[in-house]
Amino acid sequence: MRLLTHNMLQCHVKSCNDPALNFPLQFQEVELEQIEAEENEALLLNLVGKIDWPALVQTTSELGITGLPPTKPDVVKNDPALMKRLHEILLETNVAQGKMVCRGCGHSYPIKDGIPNMLLAEHEI
Amino acid sequence: MSRPEHIAPPELFYNETEAQKYTSNSRIASVQAEMAFRAIELLCLPEDKSCLLLDIGCGSGLSGEVLEEEGHTWVGLDISPSMLEIARDREVEGDLMLQDVGQGLGFRPGTFEGAISISVLQWLCNADSKTNIPKARLMRFFTTLYSCLVNGSRAVFQFYPENDDQLDLIMGCATRCGFTGGLVIDYPNSKKAKKFYLCLFAGQGQGAKPQLPQGLGTDETADPQGAQFSQTRNRTRGPKGGPRVSVKDKHWIMRKKDAARTRGETVANDSKYTGRKRRVKF
Ligand SMILES: C[S@@+](CC[C@H](N)C(=O)[O-])C[C@H]1O[C@@H](n2cnc3c(N)ncnc32)[C@H](O)[C@@H]1O
Ligand SMILES: [Zn+2]
Repeated sequence: MRLLTHNMLQCHVKSCNDPALNFPLQFQEVELEQIEAEENEALLLNLVGKIDWPALVQTTSELGITGLPPTKPDVVKNDPALMKRLHEILLETNVAQGKMVCRGCGHSYPIKDGIPNMLLAEHEI
Repeated sequence: MSRPEHIAPPELFYNETEAQKYTSNSRIASVQAEMAFRAIELLCLPEDKSCLLLDIGCGSGLSGEVLEEEGHTWVGLDISPSMLEIARDREVEGDLMLQDVGQGLGFRPGTFEGAISISVLQWLCNADSKTNIPKARLMRFFTTLYSCLVNGSRAVFQFYPENDDQLDLIMGCATRCGFTGGLVIDYPNSKKAKKFYLCLFAGQGQGAKPQLPQGLGTDETADPQGAQFSQTRNRTRGPKGGPRVSVKDKHWIMRKKDAARTRGETVANDSKYTGRKRRVKF
């Protein structure tokens, strides 16, 4: 799973709906993998528009990934170095193993061989 | 004809053997790709835009690959671990998640510019355990789907409705969750080519009120909407007004699939990223 997708994910346990807590899910014990992806400026700009910047900054700093300004620049397009870094972070950085833990309800979503397990228990639906 | 969803729950039906059989069957691959093309067409995405799309019940990636070829990026959800493992081994570009969509989706509001779902929805109507109430599952699914779609975008479901009651149940739930839209039927008079596409609109967005596209193989001259619709897309008519075929991309994919198959039964690694560099970071 790419970091892009993590930025779109919130906890979906039915009773867990405090937006201050159910997003972003916190990575634990993760193993990252860089997988090359084709560059596509238009796509990247579209995706950057959807990104929750504070959550991305928080997550990358927890993972020890650097190179992002603390606040989202007004125009990303005119900054080739930042575009490149965003491409690497959002579309090429994959989580191969680990888990994502909800800061609200504590549910832990395991990630195995790149695939997060989002299944819930009966009492969480 | 027996319906697979009556045999076993999806995560058991699509076990390792069945998932392998499904993915390496060239007829299935071409039918799924063709339906995925049609679903993208029905999404009516902004011309030339690269979008973030959702593939609901993505299986081994036969449908998602079509999204890639069209220049989009995607996230795929499926309940069958075996199907997802094959998708991963085939190095599809989309992100994969093990998920029962009847439990609801966990994406932030306004994430996706569209969703497709190929041959999945009939599975959601099954009551395969005591706690599994189709109506409640459909409601949770459609509510959470609606919220993660960009306002004004669409979700298109190709599926095999079992009967009118099932259709009513699905349409009723979707409507109660805020969707508008309806059913598009391609080739309604052909026993073999007839296909059902549920086209749902998540709000109206900025534009005009969305119109339900015309089905293929119906009398298009009777409906200006149909003519207008087919003009905007890259399709040509097959011989003698038969099923339409997509111009370039389908053949491209088929060639790709064939090449993969001749290499052996593990249909794998034929994407444009085959052989791309991977390095473990930590
Ligand atoms: C016929 S396959 C289609 C796969 C893929 N869309 C394609 O076109 O090849 C149906 C898929 O739906 C999945 N499915 C069934 N019920 C599901 C559910 N509740 N949640 C997620 N996926 C489900 C199955 O695991 C299976 O992979
Ligand atoms: Zn939670």
